[in-house]
Amino acid sequence: MAMLNFEKKYRVRGGTLVGGDLFDFWLGPFYVGFFGVTTIFFAFLGTALILWGAALGPTWNLWQISIAPPDLSYGLRFAPLAEGGLWQLITVCALGAFVSWALREVEICRKLGMGYHVPVAFGVAIFAYFTLVVIRPVLMGAWGHGFPYGIFSHLDWVSNVGYQYLHFHYNPAHMIAVSLFFTTTLALSLHGGLVLSSTNPGGGQVVKTPEHEDTFFRDIIGYSIGTLGIHRLGLFLALASGFFSAVCIVLSGPFWTRGWPEWWGWWLNLPIWSQWPLQ
Amino acid sequence: MPQYQNIFTTVNAVGPVSPGVALGHGNSPRSGKPALSYWLGKLGNAQIGPIYLGGLGLASIIFGTLAINIIGFNMLAQVNWDPIQFIRQLFWLALEPPPPQYGLGFPPMNQGGWYLLSSLFLLMSVLLWFARVWRRARELGLGMHIPYAFLSAIWLFLVLGLFRPILMGSWGEAVPYGIFPHLDWTTAFSLRYGNLFYNPFHALSIAFLYGSVLLFAMHGGTILAVGRYGGEREIEQIVDRGTASERAALFWRWTMGFNASMESIHRWAWWFAVLTTLTGGIGILLTGTVVDNWYLWAVKHGVAPQYPDVFPPVTDPALQAAPTGAKP
Repeated sequence: MAMLNFEKKYRVRGGTLVGGDLFDFWLGPFYVGFFGVTTIFFAFLGTALILWGAALGPTWNLWQISIAPPDLSYGLRFAPLAEGGLWQLITVCALGAFVSWALREVEICRKLGMGYHVPVAFGVAIFAYFTLVVIRPVLMGAWGHGFPYGIFSHLDWVSNVGYQYLHFHYNPAHMIAVSLFFTTTLALSLHGGLVLSSTNPGGGQVVKTPEHEDTFFRDIIGYSIGTLGIHRLGLFLALASGFFSAVCIVLSGPFWTRGWPEWWGWWLNLPIWSQWPLQ
Repeated sequence: MPQYQNIFTTVNAVGPVSPGVALGHGNSPRSGKPALSYWLGKLGNAQIGPIYLGGLGLASIIFGTLAINIIGFNMLAQVNWDPIQFIRQLFWLALEPPPPQYGLGFPPMNQGGWYLLSSLFLLMSVLLWFARVWRRARELGLGMHIPYAFLSAIWLFLVLGLFRPILMGSWGEAVPYGIFPHLDWTTAFSLRYGNLFYNPFHALSIAFLYGSVLLFAMHGGTILAVGRYGGEREIEQIVDRGTASERAALFWRWTMGFNASMESIHRWAWWFAVLTTLTGGIGILLTGTVVDNWYLWAVKHGVAPQYPDVFPPVTDPALQAAPTGAKP
């Protein structure tokens, strides 16, 4: 049975953005809706195009299958399908599927009387992807600046693009993004651990309270952000990770073309260094 | 969106501050008079303090301060004790580990001796902090989930600074202390061992890192979205499921056909975060000890393609006769 024992009373009509009651139904555990149909369409078409591209390619080795973007010489034009046109269509399908998925989440939020935090958060991830495969290539004047769709080929792309700027770790937005990724993971372990430690104290002890959670963090670091605040902090840290990732790559190329270590010259050359101590 | 969206706290309720759950016999009193912060109250709890210092905390802070001071004064010495140049060059300065010829011996202080001493103090500070976290959890009758998660981070720290240098036979393998220098070390490490992107444990670690961020976005967003039903009262929802849990679960069930429970999402969270440093530590420990070139490893196992030689061949410097015995 696809339904949870409390689920029936929540399966109500309404809340759709498009299509009225037409697609307002469930398939097994999945809600369909108009955007479920568009999601399936884009996901199926995109996957089929990937399979086609793989069939045209030299290998069926899962790790090495790669759908490359067009050559830089095509600029921002359409390329023949076998020359990167598939990559262009797959990108359109991916964006179509992601946006459909987000809008389907909005409809589910409306059905369940929830806030829109999850679809908005997913929107930030879509924005980061859009930055990589649309904004930056358009700013640089060629779809060939997009990344190839393949497991190791996309890692090679990250590696190669990083070394084009000599040393990507010196990119200030990359520094912020990486710090945010690490901080989010630290915060996640602390939050998960705290809730589990309160509800699973072990040794036949009773379940603890948020008062214990607050006391634990005040004892350790002098501040506890609280049960509501930790979810705001976690969501903010996670979204900032994605946002600064998008910033760090869109800066590289369109706005900075030399090695990133060189960028820091402005700091070393500030006029204050030569004026101090005061003459 | 004319609905309540739960982004910040609109009404900052002010009440009596909480002294914290009473501690049993053998604990020190807590320090600091609790204060309320209006702007912190917009985001989460307004109360700051009190804090539990205790012997372990005090010892940890002392050793941590010693470690940071050793690093700082070494950097200051490198700019000829000029405080202005210290600020100017701070991101470039480093306390470097000993040169490789000292192996696992103790070098002169200005040849990495200070580095080893500060590393020892840093390790003591971290281990004392671990003992403190363990003790605080125990004294409040909580489970040991946070100390165990901390152990996973300590594992990566120990691999980088202790286990791998010992296996490689040189303290020079450890990571320098400094902003840009530790980034240089990371890049040089990847280049030396044939690109860490081909290291499967590095790939796992990154997958868990990104997965952790994804999970926190999903979980944080979900709980805030059911905030109007009291979703942030997670412990209560775990032991006595309410409509907040039900809606949160159904949101994901209807979206992706699968849902966690209010308790199990925190197990997902804990494991993803813990596995990030656990797999990362394995990846570092294998590098240079078991695998010398991750790209060639990946080619050998049919994972990476064999790329054509487009550049003139270069000899691996590690395979050349080392004139000074130094590892590149």
